[in-house]
Amino acid sequence: MEALLKILEELHPDVDFEANKSLIDDKILDSFDIITLIAEINEEYDVRIPVEEIVPENFNSAESLYKLIQRLQDED
Amino acid sequence: MSRQTNILEYLENIVNIYPDKVCYANESEGFTFKQVYNSARAIGTFLYSQGHYKKPVVVFMKKHPKMIITFLGVVYAGDYYVPIDEEMPAHRIELIFKNLSPEAVICDESTKDKVKTFNYDKNVYLYDDIVKTTPDDTVLQGVFERAIDTDPIYVVFTSGSTGVPKGVVACHRSVIDYIESFSEVLGVNENTIFGNQTPLYVDASLKEIYPTLKFGATAYIIPKELFMFPMKLVEFLNEKKINTVCWVVPAFTMISGLGVLDKIKPEYLHTIAFGSEVFPMKQFLIWRKALPEAKFINLYGPTEATGMSCYYIVDREFSEDDVIPIGRPFRNTDIILLNEENRLADPGEPGEICIRGTSLTLGYYRDFERTGEAFVQNPLNDLYPELIYRTGDIGKYNERGELVFISRKDHQIKHMGHRIELGEIEAAIGRMSGIVNACCIFDNEKKKIVLYYVGDCSKAEVVNFAREKLPRYMIPHVVEKLDVMPLTTNGKINRLLLKEKYMNRKKESK
Repeated sequence: MEALLKILEELHPDVDFEANKSLIDDKILDSFDIITLIAEINEEYDVRIPVEEIVPENFNSAESLYKLIQRLQDED
Repeated sequence: MSRQTNILEYLENIVNIYPDKVCYANESEGFTFKQVYNSARAIGTFLYSQGHYKKPVVVFMKKHPKMIITFLGVVYAGDYYVPIDEEMPAHRIELIFKNLSPEAVICDESTKDKVKTFNYDKNVYLYDDIVKTTPDDTVLQGVFERAIDTDPIYVVFTSGSTGVPKGVVACHRSVIDYIESFSEVLGVNENTIFGNQTPLYVDASLKEIYPTLKFGATAYIIPKELFMFPMKLVEFLNEKKINTVCWVVPAFTMISGLGVLDKIKPEYLHTIAFGSEVFPMKQFLIWRKALPEAKFINLYGPTEATGMSCYYIVDREFSEDDVIPIGRPFRNTDIILLNEENRLADPGEPGEICIRGTSLTLGYYRDFERTGEAFVQNPLNDLYPELIYRTGDIGKYNERGELVFISRKDHQIKHMGHRIELGEIEAAIGRMSGIVNACCIFDNEKKKIVLYYVGDCSKAEVVNFAREKLPRYMIPHVVEKLDVMPLTTNGKINRLLLKEKYMNRKKESK
């Protein structure tokens, strides 16, 4: 989780990613942030987020994103 | 057909042919040519009746077909439209207003409150109010007859290196010249269904706005959020039967890079134009494989020459090491490559891309100095006055005689389809109290803007300040504090050293 928070903080140093649960709804993350995230998650956790999982629900908070990563790791 | 001198002739002509066909639409609402025509004429009548004629009128609205209708309305009044990004920070809007002294601002329900914070004391109008005006044919005919094709129709603001945005002024003639040549290359016709991605406040949106009017095509504004969720984006393209797109490169690579094209294909898409950045070949090949029958077109051009100036229609196989050329100039545009001695570059020799032709815009608004620096006498011609626009881009001809883009000459970068002067970011951060100096570099590989600064502010403070003062796409992705700024022997900030430092840091962190 820490590594994920670090990736997120590098994108937006001013956002509290542990508290914010509406990263998409509040328009904090934009389309290019999503791309960066997917690439960096791939590098850091060695998981490829399938395109069906690229939906607002999975990106609204660091927590839900981390759950997705764990789920994908388990599936491997 | 008689000679066209006014962009409104496109609409005046087509409304008689396809009055009830959808012209501009978004995900939920469509406007027919007749509706566009009536609404634009209502707005034109209103503005003229308020005494606004041959003046700049700011259009400050959310991205919507009504915004395009407003543009046309402003031109009907004989004024020129100045679209402003609704998300632009107040500070930058102030700079633009100072340069522009707008005669009026047109807003919508969603932006009207923000306008009140502008410190602007002239005329503010609400779209929904002024569109109710009854069009006055005599007034509009009078404006039309007095217009000439070198009269301005819009001003769009781009990034300027001193921190002050530059307003590029385009006239009827340059837009008509561009639209005619552009439509020919794309093969636009009445069956074209555009899917617009680019913001309406940049010249890129000319590609959908005017060919739609010229041919009686249809243009859908694609909701911005869909560019985050690519499966949904492709579903939207299929639902609306979109067959033609002119997008910035990152919008395409997002779809291909995430493997969407393996799951779902844009079924109707047959014409794919891209520009603003170099298309990474690996991603391009994925697109080509998914849509082998589609026509792919690489576009290149600066705002100062009204949109796009060069095109290349992909006509051969490319391998992963190739670069897609920018090809050749549009009809009635000429490109000259000038080397450091201001002479024509030899074949294969790099030179600055300079543009000649009717597509040149009029220059920068209320800025003769910077206009004079970029729009200059053709150094190859000492016989009569002839302007060229110096793009600051370096290109060369390949062995096939096609023009290839190499790099930027100065610190201007292309990022997410936006043209950014790194100097503008530096200038904005430099104004923050506590900042000693700031320098931006661009990580071309990872497409990140990196800001180094010296001063006693925290990183978070700097980022917060940047958010207030800069548009979103200009906010640095990486912010690093330094004790001292490295300087070159002439006392300038040593960008090369900073770039090295950043690249080393990246290696270490791996």
